[in-house]
Amino acid sequence: MNSVSTARPGFLARRQRSYVLFIVPALMVVGAVIIFPWLFTLWMSAFDWKIGSTPHFVGADNYVKLATNTRFHEAVAHTLYFTVLAVIFPLIFGIVAALIFHREFPFRGVLRSIFTMPMMATPVAVALVWTMMFHPQQGVLNYLLSLIGLPPSLWVYSPTLVIPSLVLVEIWHWTPLVMLIVLGGLAALPIEPYESARLDGASEWQLFRYITFPLVAPFIVVAAVIRTIDAIKAFDTIYVISQGGPGTASETINLYLYLQAFAFYNVGNASAVVVVFFALILALAMLLLYVRQRTKWT
Amino acid sequence: MIALTSASQSPLARRGRLRRALRKIGFWLSVVVIVSPAVMVFLWMLSLSLKNEIDNLAYPPVFIPSPPTLSNFVQVFADNSMGLYFWNSVVVSGLGTLIALLVGIPAGYGIARAQAHKLTVMILIARMTPALSYLIPLFTVFQFLGLNNTLTALVIAHLVITVPIVVYIMAGYFETLPRELEEAALIDGGSVWTTFRYVALPLARPGIVVGTILSFIFSWNNFVFGAVLAGRATRTLPAAVYNVLTFEQLAWGPLAAAALVVTIPVLLLTIVIQKEIVVGMTAGGVKGA
Repeated sequence: MNSVSTARPGFLARRQRSYVLFIVPALMVVGAVIIFPWLFTLWMSAFDWKIGSTPHFVGADNYVKLATNTRFHEAVAHTLYFTVLAVIFPLIFGIVAALIFHREFPFRGVLRSIFTMPMMATPVAVALVWTMMFHPQQGVLNYLLSLIGLPPSLWVYSPTLVIPSLVLVEIWHWTPLVMLIVLGGLAALPIEPYESARLDGASEWQLFRYITFPLVAPFIVVAAVIRTIDAIKAFDTIYVISQGGPGTASETINLYLYLQAFAFYNVGNASAVVVVFFALILALAMLLLYVRQRTKWT
Repeated sequence: MIALTSASQSPLARRGRLRRALRKIGFWLSVVVIVSPAVMVFLWMLSLSLKNEIDNLAYPPVFIPSPPTLSNFVQVFADNSMGLYFWNSVVVSGLGTLIALLVGIPAGYGIARAQAHKLTVMILIARMTPALSYLIPLFTVFQFLGLNNTLTALVIAHLVITVPIVVYIMAGYFETLPRELEEAALIDGGSVWTTFRYVALPLARPGIVVGTILSFIFSWNNFVFGAVLAGRATRTLPAAVYNVLTFEQLAWGPLAAAALVVTIPVLLLTIVIQKEIVVGMTAGGVKGA
């Protein structure tokens, strides 16, 4: 490719232009369904805009109101609480699972496929089954608790337990993805450092701590970035299982957003929430990407 | 002498063998612990869908359906038009994926050959954006155009999901194809289009399969577009499972049956592309930034 380009620059330039034509139809679609909605959201956020009535320009008013909206502030706090738990636990369990599946053992392929099933299952379907499992009277989870001698729990019906319970679903749902990403990192590990470390008498823990972990760290950071983005955006399972309740105990930004837009049809206010929400996601992603750069991986 | 050494070694050897056995048991135990939650939830779903309502609400729970009944499945298809919703989902995900392939395969090729990698950053941003942020403007525009409650609106909205994933997968796949064949075709006087059509495209079939399946799965699993944009008759499966079944009848058996009907196609498709799933799920996160 490079040799061609140096030999015949005109030929290449002509080709580059025709390659751009290949991208045009997709760009038009992306412009219509992705870029346009972004810009339209920004536009709507400057209006007092309710579906069915005439929009009024209010400038930054929607944003100013958000600054004093305690319900929105609580939603931000719930989102961050949920996100922290829903990143840390799948990461820990995912790394452990990856270390297990990295070893050779009979039926490894089949067991790994079974282990990754939750990740692809339709979130709404998964949420419905968990709703039934969480049921305080007939739910199977309280039965399992009783088997090991623990008192029944209210799960998602308790204001204090609802977010940890939802995180439980999230752990079940997304640990496989972390496992697959870390497993990819483990598969790329060199053998030599292990051999020389073993000769020097390193223990299994030392091998993990000083060789495996640093080498796999970049993959763990990638998993953390993806997990953070997905956890902060979580909607389907929360909406189906708790609808943000009891009260507003599990109302995350996304849930608040949904309510504003499609229960009250207050799209102006909802658009302002979207803009703030997106800024929050962007900030978190940047932070994690900065960490990723620090782990020196390209 | 020989007898003596073997006698003094055997307790040591036995302890070593014991330790190895214990380690093996410990390892398998951890495998069971880590795999069982996945198995249990799906088995419980299956169990709920095959039991009658009395057994489903029994406490302590009944685990094995006896006798198993298909009445829950019959009920959701006969009384709750699951067939219609299934068809809606097939149409929306099918058309959404088809359009994504039509524009996304050439785009992936263009990005790979013109080295326009900056465009894949777009995919990362698109992945980061919450679906609701597309939904609010699209809903407002569809309301204005009178498109709400139509399958057309749903197909358009699903392009938000299908186009980025297809472009991302195809750009990645075309990158891996050797360029020599294409160079040869170009030097023989083929145009860029014929080179794409007759050289690159046939070679890209495995990538197209992965892109198609992932796009279809992500679109199929989407709930919120259907929940907001669809009307009573145009709901996709996930939206229908939540809206119709939960509110019109709270019975667990039919709900579990419906949940199973939604999930099974996805799990079957997953088996086909087992190895490539991680590429799709991390789209934009690994390569894009």
